Amino acid sequence: MTSTRTTPIRPGAFRLTTPPISGVLRPRTLAVCVALAAATFAVFCVSLTLGDYPVSLPDVLRALAGSDEPGPAFVVRELRLPRALTGLLVGAAFAVSGAIFQTITRNPLASPDMIGINAGATTAVVGGIVLGTGAGLSSSTLGVLGALATALLIYLLAWRRGASGYRIILIGIGIAWMCTSATDYLLTRAKLHEAQEAFGWLVGSINGRGWETVLPLAVAVGVLLPATLLLTLWSRTLSLGDDVARGLGTPVQRARFGLLIAGVGLVAFATAAAGPVLFVALAAPQVAQRLAGQATPPPVTSALTGAFMVLASDLLARYLIPDADLPVGVVTGALGAAFLLWLLARANRAGTGG
Amino acid sequence: MRTATADAETVTGSSGSPQRRALTAPARTALVITVAAILLGLCVLSLAAGSKAVPLDDVYRAVFDRAAARVANPQVDAIVWGVRLPRTICAVLVGSALGLAGALMQGLTRNPLADPGLLGVSAGASFAIVVAVAGLGVSSATGYVWFAFAGAFAAAVAVHLLGSLGHGGATPVKIALAGIALTFLLGSCTSAIVLRHPQALDRFRFWSAGSLTGADPGLLWRMSPFLAAGVLLAIAAGPALNSLALGDDTAIALGRRLGTIRIQAVLAITLLAGTAVAIAGPIVFIGLVVPHVTRMITGPDHRWLLPVTALLAPCLLLFADIVGRVVTRPEEVQAGIVVAFLGGPFFIALVRRQRVAEL
Repeated sequence: MTSTRTTPIRPGAFRLTTPPISGVLRPRTLAVCVALAAATFAVFCVSLTLGDYPVSLPDVLRALAGSDEPGPAFVVRELRLPRALTGLLVGAAFAVSGAIFQTITRNPLASPDMIGINAGATTAVVGGIVLGTGAGLSSSTLGVLGALATALLIYLLAWRRGASGYRIILIGIGIAWMCTSATDYLLTRAKLHEAQEAFGWLVGSINGRGWETVLPLAVAVGVLLPATLLLTLWSRTLSLGDDVARGLGTPVQRARFGLLIAGVGLVAFATAAAGPVLFVALAAPQVAQRLAGQATPPPVTSALTGAFMVLASDLLARYLIPDADLPVGVVTGALGAAFLLWLLARANRAGTGG
Repeated sequence: MRTATADAETVTGSSGSPQRRALTAPARTALVITVAAILLGLCVLSLAAGSKAVPLDDVYRAVFDRAAARVANPQVDAIVWGVRLPRTICAVLVGSALGLAGALMQGLTRNPLADPGLLGVSAGASFAIVVAVAGLGVSSATGYVWFAFAGAFAAAVAVHLLGSLGHGGATPVKIALAGIALTFLLGSCTSAIVLRHPQALDRFRFWSAGSLTGADPGLLWRMSPFLAAGVLLAIAAGPALNSLALGDDTAIALGRRLGTIRIQAVLAITLLAGTAVAIAGPIVFIGLVVPHVTRMITGPDHRWLLPVTALLAPCLLLFADIVGRVVTRPEEVQAGIVVAFLGGPFFIALVRRQRVAEL
């Protein structure tokens, strides 16, 4: 009965026999990805021109391509490139991890911000700053450890004959509350200058990041992003609900565990590099999903959207208030809120009731 | 018509907890009396415990025979009347208000995760305090309480207006989304200001931990009309919320006006949560947890749920406050922090027992 002939149910569907891969090519998603990549690259280059030492756009491009002109090459490659790369990678990492969490919990409001993983990292870092035990460990190491420990705790507590997405969210909210309270407590015990330092980290910033920040982040994203893309084969069925996914032959618990590991790893390293940049993980997958016209947040489009959001916010912050060193988290929070309100107004007009 | 209403109330009384029969009226009355007694006991304990422990008989004399006790032991009088009595009253008022607001919010949105902060009151109050300290140079706690109150109120009204734009009026989902959006927006602005004004950060970090230490009798007195109005509106909304729990369509069929119920509930939540947050800081976690506990005892009937929550929530807050005073004597841990550490594990245990989804 099995027919070897491909019967395309929709334009763009394909199936290969060796290797056995089937799927759908979506021209719209592809076009959106290309457009986003172009926009991100443009913002990336423009952000490299900004600073005390003016470098023109052609000079930036030449420096990136590897020219040896001493002035621009040094400024661009050593001073500005790490910051821009941090923004790019952090945005992508947060967005992909948001997409993962939203897919496996099937809840558009689930993001690492909401379910306590960022809160855990924050508590660890603020604890390091305030209690002074961070001397041996850098903020980024503490951030990674905090995020991983919190995620493990949430997963273990949510485990009861398997971990359901809904229970992960609820337990995450409880843990997030406790971590936030612990952070509040540490802030009240701190000296004012320590509190200022800690609060600056809390908002999320890519100011003054160097190559030592970029390298671990780049390695983490380089490993985890392809892993996520492989696991996405499963996440699509997971988004149909546990029962349907099991019926379609997906190993539900293993798939969820793998995706969670990838999502948590991305968030941990991104938070360690830039602090909990507000709202990117929540909003970027939702924007990407709407741009690409899909039913679940698509990972690649999300990554590009996130990278664009962070870089554009950073650029905006530096244009609006040039000498303030405004942290990028302030801008992403404000922009994200505006976006959510717009989404709300649009849903109202369409009559879908939000 | 009569039987229809009676049926609806029977259904409401038992819906959501099929394995648990609703308590009989005498059992419920006994329950209310028990909780009230626990609350009273905690109040007495709250007068006695602290950095200087006061024996219970001294507390009794200081409260009921003040003239004599003042002469005999002026120090105890100063502690009990000057510090601990206002603080205890503050805990009872704030706890009740947050508990009621939480129960209303969960009933209104039919969402077990709704907390009173969902209307943006915490974010509004935070923003207003930071603006008052950084922009206007307000530095006394009594001064910025009114700013916090105004901020909380303005934020809640804005959320309700944004949520009721367009088709279908203020549906719960739209209100929740508008609340989250406004919370993020105000949070960003708060961070931006705090980062540039160390003074504002210094005030803000203590306020946002959630503490009852700033309670002063005159302030509580001036805030009480708002709380009283909120409590009346909340208790009166009980029967209507029972109908709403059956779904919008059934509620309409039972003769309820959805718009009126929602406005009544939102107004009550704003009054209660706004005042409580202004006085004691964002301790909204109480409003999330306590209604779930109450629901486990009384079942989902709001006519019992609301009053029992109003008695049980101050128990948690008072207990947290007492623990916070005693645990690191002579220093104190803010009540809001202790609440999260007592309520957090409890909430997690509750989730693991899979009872939260019942609403």
